[in-house]
Amino acid sequence: MDAFSHSLGLALQLITQADVTLWRIVGLSLRVSATACALGAVFGLLLGAWLAVARFPGHSLLVGLLNTLLALPSVVVGLIVYLLLSRSGPLGALGILFTPTAMVIAQSILVVPLIAALSRQLVADALRDGGDELQAMGAGRLLSAVLLLAHERLAVATVLLTAFGRAVAEVGAVMVVGGNIDGVTRVMTTAIALETSKGDLPLALALGLLLLAVVAAVNLVLGLTRRPGGALAGLAGAQ
Amino acid sequence: MSAALIGLQQATVRFGELLALHPISLQIQRGDRVALVGANGSGKTTLLRLLNGLQQPSQGRRVLHADVADGRRPVTAMLFQRPFLLHFSVRRNLQLALWLADVPADVRAERLDQALNRVGLQALADRPARSLSGGQQQRLALARAWAVRPDILFLDEPTASLDPSAKREVEALIDEFGHDGMALVLSSHNLGQVKRLAQRVIYLDAGRLIADLGVDDFFRRQDLPRELAQFLKGELSWT
Amino acid sequence: MDMSRRFCLGLGLLVSALLAQAQTPFIVMASTTSTEQSGLFGHLLPAFKAATGTEVRVVALGTGQALDMGRRGDADIVFVHDLAAEEKFVADGFSLKRLPVMVNDFVLVGPAADPAKLRGKDIAGALRKLVASGSSFISRGDNSGTHAAELRYWKAAGTDLAAAKPAGYKECGCGMGPALNIAASSGAYVLADRGTWLAFKNRADLAVLVEGDTRMFNPYGVMVVNPARHPHVKAALAQGFVNWVVSPAGQAVIADYKIGGAPLFFPSAGK
Repeated sequence: MDAFSHSLGLALQLITQADVTLWRIVGLSLRVSATACALGAVFGLLLGAWLAVARFPGHSLLVGLLNTLLALPSVVVGLIVYLLLSRSGPLGALGILFTPTAMVIAQSILVVPLIAALSRQLVADALRDGGDELQAMGAGRLLSAVLLLAHERLAVATVLLTAFGRAVAEVGAVMVVGGNIDGVTRVMTTAIALETSKGDLPLALALGLLLLAVVAAVNLVLGLTRRPGGALAGLAGAQ
Repeated sequence: MSAALIGLQQATVRFGELLALHPISLQIQRGDRVALVGANGSGKTTLLRLLNGLQQPSQGRRVLHADVADGRRPVTAMLFQRPFLLHFSVRRNLQLALWLADVPADVRAERLDQALNRVGLQALADRPARSLSGGQQQRLALARAWAVRPDILFLDEPTASLDPSAKREVEALIDEFGHDGMALVLSSHNLGQVKRLAQRVIYLDAGRLIADLGVDDFFRRQDLPRELAQFLKGELSWT
Repeated sequence: MDMSRRFCLGLGLLVSALLAQAQTPFIVMASTTSTEQSGLFGHLLPAFKAATGTEVRVVALGTGQALDMGRRGDADIVFVHDLAAEEKFVADGFSLKRLPVMVNDFVLVGPAADPAKLRGKDIAGALRKLVASGSSFISRGDNSGTHAAELRYWKAAGTDLAAAKPAGYKECGCGMGPALNIAASSGAYVLADRGTWLAFKNRADLAVLVEGDTRMFNPYGVMVVNPARHPHVKAALAQGFVNWVVSPAGQAVIADYKIGGAPLFFPSAGK
């Protein structure tokens, strides 16, 4: 327990000291994961909506595959992207290995199955309620699915928050494709891994607490937009 | 002017092994006020969905007759027992309906205001649609239908979930729509409602069309088919 | 709908901000975790940047992985400490030349009470005693320079690991820090490079037991990845680093890096 209270004190110290390097690392974590979630949302939500309404032989196989990909280890995603972006790989000429861009790509791939699987279920449930009525009003199946995503936007926001949590907390993918380069691709989780391997456990734990605190702050800000007077409430009717 | 709008030619509906509707041929004419009547499982909801196009015939055809005067296909709208409203304002729900029905952009605003006035919801235009009472929600559904100027309005038990005063309001509006020239196809358990709103009654039993009579004949004739006579005896004691 | 337009704009800005890479000239260096964790790069690379304006981006892996990175062309320069593997790298044509840069040494670390009585100056003798005592030994087992050295010492001690591992021999497949962590928490013996040991904070009751055996010297070499094999390699900038690090200026910076007053590395360019 001594180690924990020591780490808690260290974490508070880190926050108040406002070390530039540390905040740069925090900023990069947030930027990479937020971008990855935004990218993942575009592909994942459309994929989920499409799967909720599509009918073709092999549909259940595809859904099964998607659900299996939920268990894709982050380090495996990292390795796959590494091999693709390596100079000896097919996309080597792009030269984006060991840059934040590569990290965004890897994390996007990681969160797409999550967003797609959850939004597919969301849309399928909503279709049971309103599919007939939307169809009667003239909406095709895919359009109905997209409209229902807008209708269930609070649930969609929760899905995206879940995806963000998965992205910002993962270390396997960003370590492999980013290389944990000091000042360039070091993020919170790779910094924690580094301090752990150096044996500085209290600092590693403190950084972990800091990461949680940052994500809590993000959640707080997003929560404020949902209350009356906030941005989302401007779309009159948000329940 | 009795122009045919929608016709069924020996149309059947089969769900796997079950034959939900035996071959049916009928026409809905402009200005018709038809009620579909029958016990639960008689196929009246299936017939309603078949006429509206939500259900495809397993055999036979559904035909849309183009208007003699301006060559356009009939416009349809449908009301459900519990209206599905999106998590948006009353106004936005109407805008969506207008957009889905391809109403030209320049007349949308006008149609929207007219529809709100027609059903008496103009004061609630900016409220979340889901916060309205049951009767108000059904009136919004009527506004949604009215705004697209349908040739036929399909109604599936539109007042079954409403309290008595809401029932009266909604029925009155439906009646007015009928007088405005809209064809009505109504599925209802409420024989009193059938007497008040319909001019023509179709009785179904176990997926078969047993009778298709004018409303007076339906309720007063002595030589009705056996199943129908029994049904009326059973039902009428409750109206 | 202006919501979606705002969203697309924000997305576009984020992506372009990320894609706008630094304008400072840089090279990518594949090196080892033990070198990075010793803290040397935090001392050496800023000096290099001040002297030449070139930034060095270090990806720290095990020696085997670092050399693989060089073979794949994902690094411009390789800086590791496994002479045999480096000479093979050159022989295979992935680099034109290996230059010695610095030396540090390995130390055998274990519980201060030393139950197996290994203390001394002879690594081979110490390992023989370790086998006899059956005490726990943590091997990195990760294809690193340290692991390669460890395997050489077992061979010198006459132990054939492929035939039979000693009782108490545990492979973690991990870096130097985690291996030290495991040894510290389980009272085991472990071979470490002095640099990582000096920087290691979680010592528990571990102490240096065997040091000074000439076989335990650990030479570091630097190699520019051959531009003939990988044309995109920034050969000129990488050569700039090599020239600087073997020059008197670079060597002085290396000698200058100390923890607790003790230098970690000994310059060896030209030797």
